[in-house]
Amino acid sequence: MVLAKQVPDTRNVGKDAMTAEGTVNRAALPAIFNPEDLNALEQALRLKDQIPGTTVTVLTMGPFRAAEIIRESLYRGADGGYVLSDRAFAGSDTLATSYALSCAIRKMKNIDLIVCGRQAIDGDTAQVGSQVAEKLGMNQITYAEEIISLKKNIIRVKRRVEKGVEVLEGPLPMLVTVNSSAASCRPRNAKLLMKYKYARIPNELQASNEDYTTLCNSRDFLQIGEWSVNDIECDPAELGLSGSPTKVKKIENVIFQAKESKTFTTSDEDIEGLIQELISNHTIG
Amino acid sequence: MNNLFVYCEIEDGIISDVSLELLTKGRSLANQLKCQLEAVVIGHNLSGIENVVFPYGVDVLHIADDARLAPFTTLPHCSILIKLFQEEKPQIALMGATSVGRDLGPRISSALHSGLTADCTSLEIGSHEDKKAGIVYENLLYQIRPAFGGNIVATIINPDCRPQMATVREGVMKKEIVDINYKGRVNQLEISNYVTDADFTISVIERHMEKSKINIKSAPILVSGGYGVGSKENFKLLFDLAAVIGGEVGASRAAVDAGFCEHERQVGQTGITVRPKLYIACGISGQIQHIAGMQDSAIIISINNDPAAPINTIADYVIKGDIETVIPKMIKYYKQNSK
Repeated sequence: MVLAKQVPDTRNVGKDAMTAEGTVNRAALPAIFNPEDLNALEQALRLKDQIPGTTVTVLTMGPFRAAEIIRESLYRGADGGYVLSDRAFAGSDTLATSYALSCAIRKMKNIDLIVCGRQAIDGDTAQVGSQVAEKLGMNQITYAEEIISLKKNIIRVKRRVEKGVEVLEGPLPMLVTVNSSAASCRPRNAKLLMKYKYARIPNELQASNEDYTTLCNSRDFLQIGEWSVNDIECDPAELGLSGSPTKVKKIENVIFQAKESKTFTTSDEDIEGLIQELISNHTIG
Repeated sequence: MNNLFVYCEIEDGIISDVSLELLTKGRSLANQLKCQLEAVVIGHNLSGIENVVFPYGVDVLHIADDARLAPFTTLPHCSILIKLFQEEKPQIALMGATSVGRDLGPRISSALHSGLTADCTSLEIGSHEDKKAGIVYENLLYQIRPAFGGNIVATIINPDCRPQMATVREGVMKKEIVDINYKGRVNQLEISNYVTDADFTISVIERHMEKSKINIKSAPILVSGGYGVGSKENFKLLFDLAAVIGGEVGASRAAVDAGFCEHERQVGQTGITVRPKLYIACGISGQIQHIAGMQDSAIIISINNDPAAPINTIADYVIKGDIETVIPKMIKYYKQNSK
């Protein structure tokens, strides 16, 4: 099982990422496959290549357009996937998100290994993976750079942490979170791209102008699973805003400066003034 | 009961800086809240560790000492903290935003159903009014952190769940000894009450701490040097500044060709394209090949003694002067003005 998230591409934040009013210009940020989740997918696909009989299923939670994540995974070699989508999940913090994901994973039998990215670039919290592991009662190995081997139910993982590397070994079931220092994901495979181009979730078929319904219904592999809150066994109070212990009290925009440059001398006043300005607009500190 | 807890990371008998910084912050928050500061150290051969911890103003130090607890593995450390927090009911629990704290924190928050905010850049105490419910909460922990790729700064609170948990990166808070003679109480934990054999299923096969790979692409702040830096020695100034403000060091092709630093750090068309939140160009004239690799940076500062350097035309701030003068001043005033 691979957990993946569709995120706004916050890495490519240029000067047009903020509107004149100082709000985030979402239109300037395309939705992408969270980069470390791609690293995670690659680790899972490598196990599939090595161990016959391995099935790689991808689970994502988000709006219907997150089905793109499943398609991108299918193009690279995943066997199938599910989109967990419901308004009831809106406003979830990491704890409520991990609860929903863990309920969905419980629905699937025979999950021995969960691989996911260490963190998503829109939040950078690195919490959901470990929280899912805890909720499922699984052990965890975080900050993985490489799954070295998986033999007789024992997984061996190389971890990259701040000051070095560690090799850990433990029995399945296990959840592994993968760093960006891991191998990049393989590109889309042309044959798989042709095969899965029209893979859709039911909701997309309803919304779409072009009618792929007949096509998708005639071919099982084109049907991407779509689950709502009614499809998983869960306590609705634990979802969304009500299931989230953390609340956002206040949001301040980081205001980008005008493009005309300010010139400073090397005097103490000038440099202190510059540093104070950078700290006050949250550029540093 | 209801005190402020700090989990202290330990490696080879040395408590990490980030933990000492959190103890210092924790002490000042505990003073505001009029509660005690408690610390937890989990590891092996910890005798005498209290002498290191108490001077930071720690009132109670919980020690879990066992050969199986070092090096760090997730489950035993988790089990100890979860059980200890259930017993002691801290109102706040802080840990480093390190590979250890970010491994433990989420599991503990999940097990205790409490809110955790990662990578806080500031922690304050304040009140919150829930107008809908008509409740005013006093003495909440404001967990302040950048989000959305650093484009917004959010203040997060946990009104109802305890402990209020937060992680903070190394270098964000200052560490300061409160009183070298400060004396607290040691609480030795009976390990068998806290862990089971099932917690020890992961074995550490190999462990060596080596230099990590240079990664300038994902650094939010880049201090970059050009030929104008002048020498390899002067490049050390850039590393000093980067370390203080939490950035990485980059370089122009001219600086790499001159042997001032490694090729992995080269920014530009033939190097790496970067888009950091802040790009500080030190002694870089701004050849088009270099500009192509960094012009999308959100804010650009140029430090250059040539006012006609092309890079100045795309910079948001220009400092006219030598890096030997400017960088030490920037470090000095950053340290004075940051929280």
